Formats: sequence, structure tokens, C-alpha cells
Amino acid sequence: MSFIALLPIALLGGVLGLDVVSFPQAMVSRPLVAATLAGVLVGQPASGLLIGAALELVALETLPFGASRYPEWGSAAVVGGAIFSAHPQHPSGAMTIAMLGALATTWVGGWTMVQLRKLNARLARAHRDGLEAGARGTVISLQLMGLTADLARGALLTLVAFLILSPIADATIALWTMDARLSRSLVVATVASVAAGAAWKLFHATPGARWFFVGGLAAGLLILFAK
Amino acid sequence: MTATDHVPSPVTELPFRTRVGIFLRLLAIQGSWNYESLLGNGIGFCVEPALRLFPEGIHSDRFKSALARESHYFNAHPYLASVAVGALARAELDGEPPQRIERFRTALCGPLGSVGDRLVWAGWLPFCSLASLAIFGLGASAPVVVGFFLLVYNAGHLGLRAWGLRTGWNHGLRVASALGNPVLRRGPEQIGRLAALATGVAIPLSLGRIIGPGRNLLGGVLIAVAVGAFIVVRLKGRIEGWRLSLGVLAAFVLVSVIA
Repeated sequence: MSFIALLPIALLGGVLGLDVVSFPQAMVSRPLVAATLAGVLVGQPASGLLIGAALELVALETLPFGASRYPEWGSAAVVGGAIFSAHPQHPSGAMTIAMLGALATTWVGGWTMVQLRKLNARLARAHRDGLEAGARGTVISLQLMGLTADLARGALLTLVAFLILSPIADATIALWTMDARLSRSLVVATVASVAAGAAWKLFHATPGARWFFVGGLAAGLLILFAK
Repeated sequence: MTATDHVPSPVTELPFRTRVGIFLRLLAIQGSWNYESLLGNGIGFCVEPALRLFPEGIHSDRFKSALARESHYFNAHPYLASVAVGALARAELDGEPPQRIERFRTALCGPLGSVGDRLVWAGWLPFCSLASLAIFGLGASAPVVVGFFLLVYNAGHLGLRAWGLRTGWNHGLRVASALGNPVLRRGPEQIGRLAALATGVAIPLSLGRIIGPGRNLLGGVLIAVAVGAFIVVRLKGRIEGWRLSLGVLAAFVLVSVIA
């Protein structure tokens, strides 16, 4: 894939990486949205949605509480969405590899966010005199530098991750031996386990929530088997 | 005139343009987030349009000392930081004594963090996410699923930021009473119940759609999910689920390629 063709994916990764924390936190960076948008870029929104839903189930466990360190889903979901959508026939192993690529990128993305926060601190220290003096230009420029650095971080991460992971995904899919539905079932069982565990941790202390969950599960299973 | 003088300001209402300016800046409040001052610079950045209303202008000592004060360490949930921004803008324009403003800033950090975390990160976000997954599981198209999530989530998100700014401005240093709002007190519990309901509906339905047509594998997958979720809960955070998924999927890839 040429650099020009990669540019929209990298830019999308940058914009969605920016949304995770810096601007505007509208949750466009949630995997359900981000992977679908990556799918739109590749011309396969339905494929993007499919992998986005699977990633969203895992992302339910990593919510951005306070100053905790968490994986960065925006850029990672773009990488996963683009890799999966590039195989519109959904060959055996495509979802597994795309998920693995997205999870690896989210790990690295979390690390890059920590580095960005350290960079922001270094910049603030370097401009301490201006901050202590209440210099308007210093306050605004620190904010703009942080935003720009975050945008660049997301774009670069997406570009590098896609460049590395896309050929690996192609090669691995070519060697894949397991049946497509069985492969997909194993992926889904893994991510749904994480989602169910995460939901339990979030809601089990809420009075009455267990009954709401049981009611919802009964309704969900009924609809599933009635379809 | 010194920065510590108590200078009442004639500003009783934020001009529309200033309000819009602050609101837009609130969306970028975490732009320079770091491990030392956390949201501090972001608060200064957001309050700055209001400080321009000082009669003395932006080159005055009053403006500079207020901006310096507002750019110090601060921590809060990013959406509910709007409450602090509104209240601090009001306090500065009312000419409250700096020591009082600083005490207020310190006292506000904890509540705005914990209330926001419970309401948004542990309530509204998972609820919207799970409700969207349920809609996905029912077979909705990509624009419907994504549109639903973004519209519903951001109705709450933007509404909360706008409410926070208005409430902070209206109450000034007495804003703590507004944090007793029923939505903030009882909202997390109600949303938690709805999210639990959505979890129950979403997991089997989304699982069914991702696997695709045919039921021969579905029963086994549902049992595997129940067992897997039990293991994730029993691990009690010793390993995060996404790392566990990464390990399981990596092992799965190796087996599938080598076998």
C-alpha cells in the first residue's frame, strides 16, 4: 500500500487518538465507532462494525478512570478495523489476527500516552516562569502543544502499527488452518468473557442490578434463539 | 492596586460569546494533561476567556495573578471540571480573596473526580456502549449503531458539561450544594441497573451476530463465556482482561498457524 493510501488511515488514527483524552472526548475513539470509521475508509463499513463490536467488548473493561494508565483504543481500533476490513471475505483467521493487532497496538498506544504526559510535564516545567507570571500566551501555547503532540502521536502510532501488522496479517491468514467459524467463535468467547467479567465488576454492587442482568440475559437469549 | 485586593466586578452574567468560548475550550481541557499539574493548565486555559472581562484588561496584574492561580494543580473528572471552571470564573470576577479561591480549588478536586467517575465512566459510558452492542446484536446497520452510540452518549456528555458550566457560574463558591443534584446522587445507581440490563441483552446478541448464522457452536460459546467470565471475576484484577485476551489470542494464532 502506498504512503498516499495510508495517509487517511494515519490521519483517522491521529484524530481518534486525540479523542481518547485530549479533545473532545466525545468517544468517537471507542472501538465500536473507530473500527467502523476505519472500515468506511477501506470501503467496508460492515466489516469495521463487526470487528469494532468485538473490540468494544474488551474495551468495556478498560474505562478511563482518573489518572490511571489504560490502553489507547482510538488508534488501535483504526488499525484493527483497517486490517479486518482489508479482507472483506472474512477468511479464516482474519478476525483473530485483526483483534491481536488491535490489542498489541492498544498496549503500545497506552505506553505512548504515558510518554506524552511526561512530555507535557517537561514542557510545563520549561515554561514555569511564564505560568507563575500568569502569561496568557504560555497557558494557551502549552495547551496547543499538548494537543498537537497527541494528534501526531496517534497518527504516527497508527501508521507504524499498520505498516508492520498489515503484511504480518496477510501472511498469517495465508497459513491459517482452522475453520473460519470455529476461529471466530474462539475469539468471541474470549472477548465476551472479558466483557461479562467487566460488567459484573462494574454493576454487581448496585442494588437490584443482578436481577436486571438476569432479566436482560433471558430476553437476549430468547431473541437470539428466536431469530 | 495589588492582586490581593477584593475587587467586586460588575459582571453578573457571562456574555454569550465568552460562554461559547469557555464551552469549546472545555472540550480540550485535558490537552496538556500531565502527571504533575494534572488538569491545572487546562483549567487556566478554560477560565481565561472569562478573565478577559476584568475591567483592568489582560495586561493587568489582576488578570495575570488570576490566570497564574487558575493554572496550578487541579484534578477532576474532565466533564465535571466544567463546574469548577464556571465557579472559579465567577469567583475571580467577583473579586473573591485569592486564599479563599485556592482553598475552594483544593476542596473541589475530590468530589468532582469521584462523582464524575461513578456517573460517567462507570455508568453512562458502559450503558451507552452496551445498549449500542445490543442494537448491533439485533442486526442494525453500521450507521444506526454508530449514530445511536454517538447521539445518546454525547447528549449526556455535552449536556453535563453545559450544566456544569452554568451551575458553577450561577453558584460560584457555593457550588458544593449543587453537587447534591438528584442526577449526580442517584443517577449512577439508576444507570447501573440499566447497564446491567443492557449487558444481559447485549452479550448473547452481539456474540450471535459476530459468530454468524448457524447454532451448532452457539451453545458451546455461551458456556465458554460463562466459565471465562467467572475466571475473569475470580482473578480480581490480578491481570487485566485485555492482556488476558492478548495472551489467549496469541496462543491461538500460534496453534492455528503451526498445527
